[in-house]
Amino acid sequence: MTVFIIRRILQSVVVLFVMSFLVFSSVNLVGDPVEMMVSDEADQAERDRVIKSMGLDKPWYTQYGLFVVNAFKGDLGNSFVYGEPALQIIVARMPATFELALVSLFMSVVIGIPLGVWAGLFPDKISSKIVMSGSILGFSLPTFWVGLMMIMVFAVMLGWLPSTGRGDTVEILGIDVSFLSADGLSHLFLPALNLALFNTSLVIRLTRAGVREAVHQDYIKFARAKGLSNTRVIMVHLMKNIMIPVVTVLGLEFGGLIAFSVVTETVFAWPGMGKLIIDSIQSLDRPIIVAYLMIIVFVFVIINLVVDVLYSILDPRVRLQDVSS
Amino acid sequence: MYFKKTLAVGALAAMTAISVPLSASAETLTIGLGSEPTSIDPHYHNLGPNNQIAQHIFSRLVEQDDKQRLMPGLAESWKAINDTTWEFKLRKGVKFHDGSDFNADDVIFTMKRAPAHPNARSSFALYSQGGGKEYKKIDDYTIQVTTPEPYPLMATDLSTVHIVSNEIGDATWEGEFNNGNAAIGTGPYKLVKWVKGEVLEMDVNENYYGEKPAWSKVMMKPIDSAPSRLAALLSGDVDFIDNVPTTDIARLKKEPSVALSQGVSNRVIYLHLDQFRDVAPYTTAKDGSEIKNPFKDVRVRRAISKAINRDLIIDRVMEGVAIKAGQLLPDGFFGRSDKLKPEEYDPEGAKKLLVEAGYPDGFKTVLFGPNDRYINDAKIVEAISQMLSRIGIDTTPETMPKSVFFKRGKNGGPDKPVEYGFMLVGWGSGTGEPSSPLKSLLATYNKAKGYGSSNRGLYSNPKMVEVLEKALATVDDDKRAALLAEATEISVGQDLGIIPLHYQVNTWAAKKGLKYIPRTDERTLAMGVVKG
Repeated sequence: MTVFIIRRILQSVVVLFVMSFLVFSSVNLVGDPVEMMVSDEADQAERDRVIKSMGLDKPWYTQYGLFVVNAFKGDLGNSFVYGEPALQIIVARMPATFELALVSLFMSVVIGIPLGVWAGLFPDKISSKIVMSGSILGFSLPTFWVGLMMIMVFAVMLGWLPSTGRGDTVEILGIDVSFLSADGLSHLFLPALNLALFNTSLVIRLTRAGVREAVHQDYIKFARAKGLSNTRVIMVHLMKNIMIPVVTVLGLEFGGLIAFSVVTETVFAWPGMGKLIIDSIQSLDRPIIVAYLMIIVFVFVIINLVVDVLYSILDPRVRLQDVSS
Repeated sequence: MYFKKTLAVGALAAMTAISVPLSASAETLTIGLGSEPTSIDPHYHNLGPNNQIAQHIFSRLVEQDDKQRLMPGLAESWKAINDTTWEFKLRKGVKFHDGSDFNADDVIFTMKRAPAHPNARSSFALYSQGGGKEYKKIDDYTIQVTTPEPYPLMATDLSTVHIVSNEIGDATWEGEFNNGNAAIGTGPYKLVKWVKGEVLEMDVNENYYGEKPAWSKVMMKPIDSAPSRLAALLSGDVDFIDNVPTTDIARLKKEPSVALSQGVSNRVIYLHLDQFRDVAPYTTAKDGSEIKNPFKDVRVRRAISKAINRDLIIDRVMEGVAIKAGQLLPDGFFGRSDKLKPEEYDPEGAKKLLVEAGYPDGFKTVLFGPNDRYINDAKIVEAISQMLSRIGIDTTPETMPKSVFFKRGKNGGPDKPVEYGFMLVGWGSGTGEPSSPLKSLLATYNKAKGYGSSNRGLYSNPKMVEVLEKALATVDDDKRAALLAEATEISVGQDLGIIPLHYQVNTWAAKKGLKYIPRTDERTLAMGVVKG
């Protein structure tokens, strides 16, 4: 397994390198950051000075060369907009996004699995049909709209929860988290729920399908014949066997939650990485765009690795090995 | 049953209790801000959102009031002691947030630092150095500024540069300001902390030399999505928001819990037309064959101006929230012309002018514009295209994000003109008088003098430049105002170097019981939010 992990990490370095080239060369084709940055009143001399201070006076391949050299030293360049190291700006936003993604993942599991099991065990009940139709809504309604509606209902009309922003934070191991304070939780609830909607629906459908398939299998019948209680049959025998597809999909979706929570973060003014990348694309802050995508690629590589390892733990038949060599 | 009900009410009450923000105290003002600054360093980026934050924390020698009129700031008075020397008498007894005294050394330090900022994304060099300014300390509370030529805009220029403390040292740049260590000013508020994208927190400066603001604590939360910003106000999470979208204004007027404040801004929206090239880009005869540049003919420009129904655009596209424009700045500003009125809508007159100019069948062109830069910009472009098509100029609207638009619309002078022949842009006059748009938009392109940097149509009239240069060298205010008005009359009124459309009106919304004193410079200031 160690060899497997080392090989995977080496592969990811190659992926990162290719990625950096593609992203760097393509962002250089779009727009002119200097025109975005300078004040209207700036004269040509001022513009030239800004171009120089951002290093844009050099041809792009020289810029790329400098970028690669600095990247090996752990420096992904300075943000055009903020003037501070891009990596530092992104890392500062990371806890907010990870927290939101984790809570929303947690929500989709605690809401999705019980509902899915229920719908799978009693497919003909009205309640199951409502759950299944509801899950279709969860897939198809646009997050932007749902988010705004949640704000309208729970914040504006009922006044139960705050509308936007992140609440009070508590520091743990040097990281600011907000899910440990009441104020933080109340701020976290709506955006996390909004982000969780799609995945909850996904989990409901996966679980239901798994349950429908498993209840007719021999080992369930045998467990019942042994006289085991209903709870034990469902919680132990059934659950263990339907978890593999759920874990796979959630693992991949977690990456998506981190990388693309853009819409939810914008609607709820959540100070995470997604909002940062949108702002940076709008203002053509190239170093942030490049650094962000590099980080996201890295996160995906890590998540895939973790999912593979989890797999082998959940299902002893799976062995981690390389296809080649 | 009864028990159940109380339980439900109790649970509801508990939930409400959680959601009531801790900032409920009357002395705290929470603002939902449309755009966040890029830095707290006042010399890093000459940009609206940065300047508005800087104005809370720092002061300037000369301040600008809500109509951008000059008023004493850290300088109590100023006067020209001869043609090329201005003397500023500084205010005594002013203290920085760290308790140190303000004096002439801080001014000298600031004026040296502002143009020399190595990372500046748009420095204040134009204002602190422009015209060859030399600063001299006479005593601790007197500064003299000399220029090689007479320089009437001295006080206006210095009303843009925020004064920092010389104790921060020569090598302290934006990083130390953003974390609060060096963000030491003399302004009405002190920076407590800034968490990018989350909150900017400020406490009142008890030792502020001017009028004490009403709020002891200000929290600014960036919420850039307009519907969310509005929802935050309606739910009571914030007390006050800026940049209210025009589509919501009609509804909010009926909302009893909200008080709107509106005010005209210094930003004019206008059309640039190519007046330089022999063949204008994207402009052809109706059958697609090449024609000589029609925009070079003033009659065609006049016809376009007459064909635009400005009232209709303001009524339908802008929801009534704009003021039609006939020049560079709205009523009440220094140096504007009393003679210029907005062009009347006259499609028949426009058609006649086209015939006179030799285009009885009209021609074909493309009107370019950004779609995320000015209020309703893309819709205005579409409306104008239809209006022009009606008088025979087949106009195709083409809008794009500002990041793309301004790259293609980059003005490289006669050697590298912009890609468009016909475009919609806007201009805000930061100095509150027309010399900046006259210099940048209408004066003949001249890299050495810094003229015409945004003259995207490359309009040129030597007569206008002559009048403008005379104005820029006239110290007497009345005479200068007359000359600036004359330059505007030549370039906008007579030549239609640009076609003005309207002045933007900005809208702020506060919860009931508060109101905002609107500012022409579009800034959102906690100092301007008053009770009542």
